Amino acid sequence: MSTEPSPTLDAPADDRPQDDLTQQVYNSPKERAIKYLLGACALVSVLTTIGIAAVLVIESIPFFQNVALAEFFGDTRWTPQFANKHFGIWALLSGTVLVTVISAVVALPIGLASAIFISEYAVPWMRQILKPGLELLAGVPTVVYGYFALTFVTPLLQTFIPGLGVYNALSGGIVVGIMIIPMVASLSEDALQAVPDSLGQAAYALGATKFETVVRVDVPAAFSGIMASFILAVSRAIGETMIVTLAAGATPRMTLNPAESIQTMTAFIVQVSKGDTPQGTIVYQSIFAVGLVLFLITLVMNIIANRITLHYQERY
Amino acid sequence: MSTDNPADDARLSPASVDEPTFQNGRADGAADEDAPPVPNSKSSPSAVQPKVEIEDLDFWYDNGDTHALQGISMDIAPHQVTALIGPSGCGKSTLLRCVNRMNELIENTVLEGGIHVDGQDIYAEDTDPVMVRRRVGMVFQEPNPFPKTIYKNVAWGAEVNGYTGDMDALVERSLRQAALWDEVKDQLHSSAYNLSGGQQQRLCIARTLAVHPDVVLMDEPASALDPIATSKVEETITELKQDYTIVIVTHNMQQASRISDETAFLYMGRLVEMNPTDELFTRPEKDRTEAYVTGRFG
Repeated sequence: MSTEPSPTLDAPADDRPQDDLTQQVYNSPKERAIKYLLGACALVSVLTTIGIAAVLVIESIPFFQNVALAEFFGDTRWTPQFANKHFGIWALLSGTVLVTVISAVVALPIGLASAIFISEYAVPWMRQILKPGLELLAGVPTVVYGYFALTFVTPLLQTFIPGLGVYNALSGGIVVGIMIIPMVASLSEDALQAVPDSLGQAAYALGATKFETVVRVDVPAAFSGIMASFILAVSRAIGETMIVTLAAGATPRMTLNPAESIQTMTAFIVQVSKGDTPQGTIVYQSIFAVGLVLFLITLVMNIIANRITLHYQERY
Repeated sequence: MSTDNPADDARLSPASVDEPTFQNGRADGAADEDAPPVPNSKSSPSAVQPKVEIEDLDFWYDNGDTHALQGISMDIAPHQVTALIGPSGCGKSTLLRCVNRMNELIENTVLEGGIHVDGQDIYAEDTDPVMVRRRVGMVFQEPNPFPKTIYKNVAWGAEVNGYTGDMDALVERSLRQAALWDEVKDQLHSSAYNLSGGQQQRLCIARTLAVHPDVVLMDEPASALDPIATSKVEETITELKQDYTIVIVTHNMQQASRISDETAFLYMGRLVEMNPTDELFTRPEKDRTEAYVTGRFG
């Protein structure tokens, strides 16, 4: 604003500018405007979250007026498009859980191992290749992963598992796992890098081997960051849509058999949204109820993650 | 050669360090024939087998671009405190870290010459650096406890090294040796980070002792501490020499004179002089040593 020194009093001997000390610079309108602008930006994501939650709840109310909670959580069949409608969320939930568990089994160990290798073992030139390589993997569109699952991984699996159907939870889960490896690896690697060198030095000086140092000092010290990467990645797997829509099938089924065709919650929402289901029907309303369940699961996971990281955190 | 004319030493000029006299101008703790000026109170370790023998050690960083140590030879006597002093960048910490092969953790370093601990070549091909570090422990400049409880900090090294005895007793003994037991005995299972800096440093000493090393290297262990904590750590060090051989790097000459039996003065990667501490501080052989200990440079 007013950057010019106000020439008051007598001109001083030197030409040092004489600022008016009462000039309101710190609390000027510009400073305040910036504060509010930044605050508004910060609010956008919070308000969006609240908005989404509100829409999900409001739109789910008509659904739950038609379908009792007891049926929603008690039935094991999900057949909204049949004449004999069943709305048992477990059929979709088990599909999501199955895919998520498979992906976690694939991604968490491989992701953490990659992070440990890049952070602790790799020499600089290896790191310079591996890190961008991982990040490239994170940039692959999920529809490409979906095709990869359907046209490469499934045929590959069929050579090992005779009788495996074209659509199955295993293939989708493995590829979702591959998709989230970069997330686990990259975030865990950041967490490991943040562990002060002095801790590793102390471990070596006590006669620890490299592996002992990594497993018993670096990983515990980075635990909260590693845990955060796990939770974020698993949340991402729960919400993943395209891969499972393409590769895992469209058969809501309460099963924990990875060889079977299933349908996840997200894939069901896609199916209804893309279909010709008229608004206002119970099938249409059901996607909000499913969305609400998805939202709650993610929310609970985040809360658990926060608890875990706070409880086990090693501060340095 | 330890009696060469001090006047030959061009004071402060780095060029003089390159004089060949330094190659053998070292005072090898072993008092051969004519023990220089006065073999004073401190029993010179002549008869005793040195704990650590450093022989013509050269060390480079950056693949040989930085010549950090040049032809260092010295003997370190058992059950004594040996201080390494010298201005910043003289190589004292580098030398210390050679004794337990910690320098190997830095990439692109080169070492020539040898170090023997109890007569064993620690750089021999079949010597495992991990085993060397169990024998030669180290305490660092900044207190660096693990983000774990006090108990786990002390037990950590012993556990890793497969200690199967009574861990509680080991933890207590180590903490007692480090003069920390009385202060922490009621909070063994709280975080080490709740301790003050001085307590953390003594915890790091206890942690090192729990591995049962023979030699304990200390890299300016008190430089990050306040005066009261410093004096506690110094007392601890003085106590420890009954059971351990201690090599301490310090830039604090008062500290060296207070706690050490022998002092080695390093300058620009070379050993200028090594003598019993009283002698080195009161009657230094070399002009450069005198200039340094009297505070004229450094």
